[in-house]
Amino acid sequence: MHNENQSLIFELSKEGRVGYSLPELDVPDYELSDLLPQGFVREEAAELPEVAELDIMRHYTALSRRNHGVDSGFYPLGSCTMKYNPKINETSARLSGFANIHPLQDETTVQGAMELLYELQTSLVEITGMDEVTLQPAAGAHGEWTALMMIRAFHEANGEGHRNKVIVPDSAHGTNPASATVAGFDTITVKSNEDGLVDLDDLRRVVGEDTAALMLTNPNTLGLFEENILEMAEIIHGVGGKVYYDGANLNAVMSKARPGDMGFDCVHLNLHKTFTGPHGGGGPGSGPVGVKADLIPFLPKPVLVKKEDGTFHFDYNRPQSIGRVKPYYGNFGINVRAYTYIRTMGPEGLKAVTEYAVLNANYMMRRLEPYFDLPYNRHCKHEFVLSGRRQKKLGVRTLDIAKRLLDFGYHPPTIYFPLNVEEGMMIEPTETESKETLDAFCEAMIQIAKETEENPSIVQEAPHTTVISRLDETRAARTPVLRYTKVEA
Amino acid sequence: MVHRYLPMTEQDKKDMLATIGVESVDELFSDIPESVRFQGLYDIKEAKSESALLKELKQLAAKNKDTESNVSFLGAGIYNHYKPVIVDHVISRSEFYTAYTPYQPEISQGELQAIFEFQTMIAELTGMDLANSSMYDGGTSLAEAGMLAAGHTRRKKLLVSDAIHPEYRDVVATYAYGQSIEIVAVPTNNGVTDIEKLKELIDDNTAAVMVQYPNFFGQIEDLQLIGDITHEAKGLFIVSSNPLALGILTPPGKLGADITVGDAQVFGIPESFGGPYCGYFATTTKLMRKVPGRLVGETVDQDGRRGYVLTLQAREQHIRREKATSNICSNQALLALAASVAMTALGKTGVQEMAKQNIVKTRYAKDAFEAAGFDVPFQGAHFNEIVVKTNKSVTEINKQLIQDGIIGGFDLGTVYPELQNHVLIAVTELRTKEEIDALVEKMGAYNA
Repeated sequence: MHNENQSLIFELSKEGRVGYSLPELDVPDYELSDLLPQGFVREEAAELPEVAELDIMRHYTALSRRNHGVDSGFYPLGSCTMKYNPKINETSARLSGFANIHPLQDETTVQGAMELLYELQTSLVEITGMDEVTLQPAAGAHGEWTALMMIRAFHEANGEGHRNKVIVPDSAHGTNPASATVAGFDTITVKSNEDGLVDLDDLRRVVGEDTAALMLTNPNTLGLFEENILEMAEIIHGVGGKVYYDGANLNAVMSKARPGDMGFDCVHLNLHKTFTGPHGGGGPGSGPVGVKADLIPFLPKPVLVKKEDGTFHFDYNRPQSIGRVKPYYGNFGINVRAYTYIRTMGPEGLKAVTEYAVLNANYMMRRLEPYFDLPYNRHCKHEFVLSGRRQKKLGVRTLDIAKRLLDFGYHPPTIYFPLNVEEGMMIEPTETESKETLDAFCEAMIQIAKETEENPSIVQEAPHTTVISRLDETRAARTPVLRYTKVEA
Repeated sequence: MVHRYLPMTEQDKKDMLATIGVESVDELFSDIPESVRFQGLYDIKEAKSESALLKELKQLAAKNKDTESNVSFLGAGIYNHYKPVIVDHVISRSEFYTAYTPYQPEISQGELQAIFEFQTMIAELTGMDLANSSMYDGGTSLAEAGMLAAGHTRRKKLLVSDAIHPEYRDVVATYAYGQSIEIVAVPTNNGVTDIEKLKELIDDNTAAVMVQYPNFFGQIEDLQLIGDITHEAKGLFIVSSNPLALGILTPPGKLGADITVGDAQVFGIPESFGGPYCGYFATTTKLMRKVPGRLVGETVDQDGRRGYVLTLQAREQHIRREKATSNICSNQALLALAASVAMTALGKTGVQEMAKQNIVKTRYAKDAFEAAGFDVPFQGAHFNEIVVKTNKSVTEINKQLIQDGIIGGFDLGTVYPELQNHVLIAVTELRTKEEIDALVEKMGAYNA
């Protein structure tokens, strides 16, 4: 990375420079005043930059060099599944027949795209063990909310609109309760037991006739498989609730256990995680939802179906549907990438993905166990959570460890999550990393553990090698500056 | 299994199992109860080699009629625009697209700064105080605006103009149902929101009035007037706006909008059969702490150097959980980057020139349709779309047009019962005089 002062694009602007090449105007021109009534034409131009094409390319190239992606180096960010993003995906999504089709074209002119979506849907039905899948939701959180809206519609259709409680484990990601609220539910938290799994007694205590659903991630955010899943499903179904599977961690169980076989009624997947989206710097994602038969009538509109003559069709005639959750049909470009990935891996490949993801996580966990606290000591799935409480006693916080990892060229793990682990570090290596990479990262972690004992300030003051040191986040929040404003000379 | 994405060798695997202290990988899955254990392999298609798969996907893609080899007059919210070639080169830099949300600012300054620049450009175009880092798309962004308004005003009714994109209205309705918010449709008159009806419908339980600018029919609403009516009733004024049009039109922020949302697809983002696009969300300083999604702010590091961080995170789901302002986590960062590059390439003068070309070419099309005897029912000021009345079914006409390599306009009868045999024609800067003439001529022939 480079240490020079980085300009904003606006600071490179110079009147008279252009970076565009618009078509020639080949129809009669008009004065704006002949086209628009007075007051409709803006008086001050929007202050967009005026720069030449090379300025643009250099600017964004410089920015890219100040950014760490999976292609830059190891990125074991727990629960985010930062695996390699295959390049064939980028090629397939850019094929003109996929990239340059309009969502409102006549169905007969986009059968290829619809076929791809249908094939993807069908594959995801098999992978999740569900009966039907919608590809509409734009991301995981959007999928959660979509599924909860369907659960709500299901209860209302059965005359049980009073079911207004969604149960969420204390280890759950914050999105779960937030999605429940947006869908109009209240959230109840269920505790974890000393093994890091949902406490069945507490679950029995909180369920009741107002239970709408349980939201569960399995393996959970500690990377542990909820062994009592069938019993949990029974408890929820016993009181008439639905069981919802947060598929954020599907990379841990592909070909090993399917949500549909574990008693779940619906599931969302993160195609940008398990199915190599990519992550795009924060998005776009794609968050398909799979459901069991009794929730099918409530799927968002439209539902993609295959007709008897073999053609594909968007079905809007769904009287019990929750309606539309997104304009058009979902993040098609991401769905093309996910489909490309599934076809690249095939059935054997997806099984191997999970096996290596889990092998890698367990290997790292055992290598690091002597140096950091391991609150839950059992086989993990695709990720594991260490605690930095031993280091904290020496004055080094998990945040410091994370910042020190930057000096080694790594993206740190997810930190301070889940909330039920003190000074947590959630590490997810993924299956696409080599043993050499895992070993090198472990060595860095071990060195940091040693530095904590011998020379803690080097950790506390990290990072030392990045383009910028720790940033003043309090100042950012107290006096927010959310846009550039030109300083007049 | 040997695969190019799976680097472990048999020897690696052996060594790792020994470190873990287990005999086989299977043992690591022993916590999955036997009764739920999946046996065997998924019943999905077999893997294909890179070249074979690409060949198959190309064949699938070739079954679609794309807007590159056909001439498109289809808009209705998503447009076939000039995409500066540089856009794809920038977003193909994998330091951007293989990163995630910039949680570690020291190694994410590139993404953070790019978003900060995006926020600035959107604020400039919309005339609002600030913009967030992006939303899924224009439709969900509008819905989030409605939810914000209901929460902020503690009122439970949204007045939604019928001249808003029908699919956006559908999305707003779904979100509103979740929050027990009532939707009241405001009818149109002559292709714009009916002001008299709006005055009748607005009341002291109205959280917000929502309109589109330019509206779904391409017509330009009188924002000042609608904003005044809204504010008189102490509601929030929400405008869904095509940001390209704002290259020329007076920005909503100057006309009383409290929230301006929309989709930046018009800036360098392909039509991609419905997504991913780039919703934007811009608002006033007053509502800053209620904005959904990520915000990037400027600050300094320990040595006083300027830098950027995710900020005001107390609004967000990972901190606030069930009390969050929205459940949104991801944004459309890569598309926001694409839009930023396109906005930068167009720049101050290009965005004006491109917006004007859209109006002028649409004006040419309007004159040509009228000269050919077509009725153009809405005669108000337009941006890049007009409504044309046909004698025959629009679907039938479009089926013939595609034979000539023309993707026809949107069949309004499918969503507005009163507009049977009306087609919404979009004319962007990419359409040539020759193409417009051909469209009018062919439609004239098929309409006879």
